[in-house]
Amino acid sequence: MSATGDSAANRDAPGAPLEYVLRLGDTALVLAQRLGEWIGHAPAIEEDLGLANTALDLLGQARLLLAYAGEIEGRGRGEDDLAFLREESAFRNATLAEMPNGDFGDTIVRQLLLDAYQVPLYERLSASRDPRLAEIAAKALKESRYHLRYSSGWVVRLGDGTEESHARVQASLERLWPYTLELFDADELDRAVVASGVGPDPRAVEQDWSIRVDAVLAEATLARPATARYRWYGKQGRHSEHLGHLLAEMQHLPRVHPGARW
Amino acid sequence: MYTQGLNELAARPLAAMQEDPALLRRFEARIDAEEKIEPKDWMPDAYRQTLIRQISQHAHSEIVGMLPEGNWITRAPSLLRKSILIAKVQDEGGHGAYLYSATETLGISRAELIEQLLSGAAKYSSIFNYPTLTWADVGAIGWLVDGAAIMNQIPLCRCSYGPYSRAMIRICKEESFHQRQGYDLMLKLARGSAAQRAIAQDALNRWWWPSLMMFGPPDTASPHTALSVRWKIKRFTNDELRQKFVDFTVPQARFLGLEIPDPALRWDAERGQHVVGEIDWSEFQDVVRGNGPCNRDRLQARRDAHESGRWVREAALAHAAKHARAAAA
Repeated sequence: MSATGDSAANRDAPGAPLEYVLRLGDTALVLAQRLGEWIGHAPAIEEDLGLANTALDLLGQARLLLAYAGEIEGRGRGEDDLAFLREESAFRNATLAEMPNGDFGDTIVRQLLLDAYQVPLYERLSASRDPRLAEIAAKALKESRYHLRYSSGWVVRLGDGTEESHARVQASLERLWPYTLELFDADELDRAVVASGVGPDPRAVEQDWSIRVDAVLAEATLARPATARYRWYGKQGRHSEHLGHLLAEMQHLPRVHPGARW
Repeated sequence: MYTQGLNELAARPLAAMQEDPALLRRFEARIDAEEKIEPKDWMPDAYRQTLIRQISQHAHSEIVGMLPEGNWITRAPSLLRKSILIAKVQDEGGHGAYLYSATETLGISRAELIEQLLSGAAKYSSIFNYPTLTWADVGAIGWLVDGAAIMNQIPLCRCSYGPYSRAMIRICKEESFHQRQGYDLMLKLARGSAAQRAIAQDALNRWWWPSLMMFGPPDTASPHTALSVRWKIKRFTNDELRQKFVDFTVPQARFLGLEIPDPALRWDAERGQHVVGEIDWSEFQDVVRGNGPCNRDRLQARRDAHESGRWVREAALAHAAKHARAAAA
């Protein structure tokens, strides 16, 4: 932790609120869990490897963020307690991350929409006034840039591939687009982190996101869907029906063996 | 891992006799001199066919082998274990890709090889036709299955065919890492709660005998490995490798406080090695013939992945073709 504890300025720096770190950590964790479902079943070996890579990076981010969240909370809970022993409503991930894998097109569109969000988000978070968060974001940023290249490449190939792939991936885009609203819909917590210099203004992230996504869609010959009205609030703990199933599977073993070490 | 293919050179000893005697003599002289045979070198057809079968079977085994362990990725009980498992299954995919490339140097395409797997014409290691029923199975696979694989594969690093030998050097390094991770997982369970110890013992009970079978039939029942040994594709017999594995593994099980599920297992002080009870080869033959517990599921999972990914691969090809045309215009 090179940036911590070395100056008075750092000691005075505002720490990120627990909820905010959970939003970041849970989004990474839930998305990693989804990608993990693919491994061994992807369209080609190279895609098994690529999806596994992204899953591993996201899992690494989730571990750093959840460990930090546990420290902020100060009740002795570690990354595994937070991942495996929280109820669905305590999860703060963006709803988009929990959407089922569907076909490869659904997965890669979900990935693009989240990668294009995480890159500008982590860019700004690496300048956060919370040094620990800044450090984690700087590491995650390098990975997210790579993820974005991977997902963009595939969305372009599928969009500008065959008639079938174009139709399928356009449908994926329509299906998943409504869940992107939540990413930029600032709530009280978002406003508080902006005010304290811990996190970026979601509107600024949205602008960047739009530019990146539009560029990929243009190259992919895909149409940007109309903005949907319904808003999801996974980041406040109100999820889709899908998260409960994901967690039931993920949390099963530690809950059956309370206190066991693995 | 996965050297069942080596026992199949059996079918072709006569073919070797039909090659040009002068070329064959030069080839065998190079083998005797421990020179590596490279893709563009002359080689007897039986050598080429054996290697295609052997290396592709190994590649198929890596790919199918992703399934039983992949079965636990979403249920790994800690985030660290989940990372380790994803990385391991990813390594296996990487080995598969690498070995398909090595096979392609012998003049056959990956697409043809995958077709052979999906049609059921090609074999893969029978060990993957057993189910992974508990988290301990992930540990048992690392410890026993990868352990057996390493016994098989270390001699293959000196295989006479250059590309295979080089592939095996790299793969062995990763496999030995996997083996240690598997053992570490078992150790955690063995030092854990009564319930954790119980699943560890249960996993050993189920994986012990199939792991011994991974080395292939006893030497007395596979008299045809001679040519494979003479051409230095294979360097030790099935029984020699199996013995090595047993002698390594029995003390490891003891350290875990687990019991090898073989009442006849004993130490032969005179020979300085462990002697195991009788292996049920009818089970092995049954699983090889397609009647193992998961043969259908494993192959179906591969077919499903292949079929549901078809539109994706077609799109990638179509996109690449458009760009090639645009670049040429």
